[in-house]
Amino acid sequence: MDVISGNETLVEVVGCRQAYHKDASADVVVLDDVNLTLRAGEIVGLLGRSGSGKSTLLRIVAGLLPPTAGVVNWRGQQVRGPAEGIAMVFQSFALFPWLTVRENVEIGLEARGVPRAERESRAESAIDLIGLGGYEHAFPKELSGGMRQRVGLARALVVHPDLLLMDEPFSALDVLTAETLRTDLIELWSEGRLPLKSVLMVTHNIEEAVLMCDRILVFSSNPGRVASELIVPFSHPRNRLAPDFRQMVDDIYAMMTRRPVPVRAPAQGAAAPAVAKTPAIHSVSVNLLAGLMETLAAPPYDGHADLPPLSAALQLEIDDILPIGEALSMLGFGEMVEGDIHLSDSGMAYVNGGTDERKQIFAAALKARVPLAVAIRQVLDERWNHRASAVRFRDELEDTMSPDYAEETLRALINWGRYAELYAYDEDADQFYLEDEDEE
Amino acid sequence: MSTSTSLPDLAVTRRLPNIFDLVALICIVGALIAVARGASGTFAPLSALDVTPIRLDASALPGYALRTTLRMFAALAASLLFTFTFAPLAAKSRRAGLVMIPLLDILQSVPILGFLSFTVVFFMSLFPGQVLGAELAAIFAIFTSQAWNMAFSLYQSLVTVPEDLAEAARSFRLSAWQKFWRLEVPFAMPGLVWNTMMSMSGGWFFVVASEAISVGDTNWRLPGIGSYVAAALEARDLSAVVWAIVAMLVVILAYDQLLFRPLTAWSAKFRVELTQGAQAEDPWVLAMLRRTHLLRQAVDALGVGFNIVTGLRLSVGKRRARAPGPPSRLLDAVWIVALLGLAGLIVWRLFGFLVAGLAWSDLGEAVLLGMITLLRVAVLMVAASLLWVPVGVWLGLRPAWARRAQPVAQFLAAFPANLFFPPVVMGIVAFHLTPDIWLTPLMVLGTQWYILFNVIAGAAAFPGDLQEASRSFHIGGWLWWRRVIIPGIFPYYVTGAITASGGSWNAAIVAEVASWGDTKLTAHGLGAYIAQATEAGDTARIVLGVVVMSLFVVLFNRLLWRPLYAYSTRRLAIS
Repeated sequence: MDVISGNETLVEVVGCRQAYHKDASADVVVLDDVNLTLRAGEIVGLLGRSGSGKSTLLRIVAGLLPPTAGVVNWRGQQVRGPAEGIAMVFQSFALFPWLTVRENVEIGLEARGVPRAERESRAESAIDLIGLGGYEHAFPKELSGGMRQRVGLARALVVHPDLLLMDEPFSALDVLTAETLRTDLIELWSEGRLPLKSVLMVTHNIEEAVLMCDRILVFSSNPGRVASELIVPFSHPRNRLAPDFRQMVDDIYAMMTRRPVPVRAPAQGAAAPAVAKTPAIHSVSVNLLAGLMETLAAPPYDGHADLPPLSAALQLEIDDILPIGEALSMLGFGEMVEGDIHLSDSGMAYVNGGTDERKQIFAAALKARVPLAVAIRQVLDERWNHRASAVRFRDELEDTMSPDYAEETLRALINWGRYAELYAYDEDADQFYLEDEDEE
Repeated sequence: MSTSTSLPDLAVTRRLPNIFDLVALICIVGALIAVARGASGTFAPLSALDVTPIRLDASALPGYALRTTLRMFAALAASLLFTFTFAPLAAKSRRAGLVMIPLLDILQSVPILGFLSFTVVFFMSLFPGQVLGAELAAIFAIFTSQAWNMAFSLYQSLVTVPEDLAEAARSFRLSAWQKFWRLEVPFAMPGLVWNTMMSMSGGWFFVVASEAISVGDTNWRLPGIGSYVAAALEARDLSAVVWAIVAMLVVILAYDQLLFRPLTAWSAKFRVELTQGAQAEDPWVLAMLRRTHLLRQAVDALGVGFNIVTGLRLSVGKRRARAPGPPSRLLDAVWIVALLGLAGLIVWRLFGFLVAGLAWSDLGEAVLLGMITLLRVAVLMVAASLLWVPVGVWLGLRPAWARRAQPVAQFLAAFPANLFFPPVVMGIVAFHLTPDIWLTPLMVLGTQWYILFNVIAGAAAFPGDLQEASRSFHIGGWLWWRRVIIPGIFPYYVTGAITASGGSWNAAIVAEVASWGDTKLTAHGLGAYIAQATEAGDTARIVLGVVVMSLFVVLFNRLLWRPLYAYSTRRLAIS
């Protein structure tokens, strides 16, 4: 691949917006005003927390999902439905369990009506390229996760696409397998042995993005937007331990833990309803919160830690650790600043408390800092039977967030409220209630 | 945040009891009165049936519908009793299981309607001169259509209780009785409830078929919808047939809404997986039950009683951890020899009985007719599949449609198709059509829905990522059917097709002969053979027909469906 043609524009996303309609009220916006240009010869990473709409953007580029607004051009033509020359690798592999490795690899060629002999030879070379030789007649379920994703890669490469889309391709794999697969892929790419012009990949793993990509688009959440664009200046193969590499990872961590500045469109900003105050909460179990607080309180951290080494030591990905950190911040037990996390005084008091004290501290934090928990308790206190259906709270949350977020937020409130003994919840009836009243 | 003010508060009502209690109470009292009235007819002398012939007045239908429903529930009670004795026995005793499970397997394949004549004679001899005998015979017929798969389901669950839970039960020293009720039954509950509901769906067909029985010269007409339809056929009263269909629709709708949905929703809580699956809406009946106060308390009290009984430390023998030594080969051998001896004896007696009454040519005839019926079943299965697989896939891949179509298909499967026979028969008579061809579709009228709703379920469960992959790689047209969706739904399809084909064999007995007033239509086939032998009271031919049909069904299952099922679960299941 010569370097000069590296300027050829492959994909152009202009003003892309993805929203879905919820009743009569406001639309829930997943992606807002996203612009992206993808040129030949580069690997571009879409990096963001879960729910930042990065997978949605990938599906829009793939033609699997039409955008609500905006235009996606593929080699100058507007994308309407899955386009020729684009192939996709799925997070869940998406292999057909009833087809053998070879049949899975051949399926894209079969769909194009490629003659049998050519199909076989191309499949064979893709299988060999990706290191699957000898497994041609195995079924996917006989393979390990890493091998399955190799089949997914071979299936995508065999159609000789110009653009390879990868949706968190290594996140379902264990650490070692993922690393092998990453380096194998990068090696093939830098040696020019992949029949590709460009790669667009979605990831929530910062190191993975810095390791593989030439350019990283960092997404902010709710609604998903491109928060910043970074050029990765290192040449392949990259060394994870190099100081520059570490610095870049640290910088991105800092960027992603920065308190999301509420970006308001001028039109909406003026008349934001009161309910919009309730932010989406990740359902983080109390055990995880307590565990992280205890770890932070103990040496070597003694109350504050740098996130990258902390998440490495705890073997947590950014998508695991950030929600815990955010929950701690929300409850006032800690604070995340520029990629660092600090334990607050109340967090320290929680760690030092016994079971009952901990519950009291937790309940106090809920009452002081989570308005919806207070509202639930208030409604229950007012009711004659101290029962209230969860549906109304869910509906109310859904006015400002997607049903999935509303459900998760409610789940968090159920778990936290139960732990703090602020209220109880009846799963069968989907109702909140006050426990002591029932026993009287 | 002061959102509470914006939330509409329900009117604060009195504490106990509430409006829902009143509604529920009225329903319960009404049901009790109805049951008492319906059951009182059961103990009348047999002559009462002759005195009060079936009235073709539409106003009599609610009463008949009630009797039919009661029979159904009596059979259900018997089936549950059978399930809870047979399955634990087969699961706990290896030697018993050795016989009982294959026996169950065969019993599942036997055409129940063929036996009706024997069971009637048997029960009539138990209660000579009483309606009870005929009632029991009808109930027994329904029972035989329900019990086997329920017992099978419980047995399956009992032998697949997760090892960790069984170990926990052992380590907490639960007695066998406690373990059964605290672990094994709850674990089996979702499967058992589902199979019970399927059984009941299938049972409506048999309840209608078994109410009007004639063996030789003797006729019994038990008051019920089935007899009503039979009488309407004789009287060539089309409007009565339509009324019967309407009555049945109401009954099944009530059964679906009042029983099926609440029970399946309730049984979901026994699922072992801790992950939260997609949960269906609470059916309104369950929601109402939860809102009543008195009823809730009554149910709670019942629950407490149940807990006390099932919590008793009853145990069979000493509970001591015994190292499972090698099973005694000698005892096994003795057991197997005894069984073989018994089986040999039965075959010998049966053979002797048949040889006394029949010639070898009769066997040839029965087998030939069996082939014809087999051809019918095969053609119908192919036709139904060609029709319903595309429809089911189309519906299943559209969640909004699937949600609406699924209950409709389930409902249609429960509806006794024999009620729709008369209009078809009228058509055949009116247009002078060939019975051999045109009676055939009746066999799948009721059973094709199993294919449809299983395919819908399969397509609805088809993973989204595989759909995306096939779109992304431009897999379309025939390639998509062949490589993607047919393998994807195949395990579901086979499940539906097994049920449908088994049901079709059974339906052959009532579908291959039909009458409209004096006009009799007969198609050639084993079903007609059995039906005619029953009418003639020709015991030897009934036995021959039933045996041959059972063999056909068993062979059909073993040679076609079993291998297909095994293949589909091994190769095509989406893990």
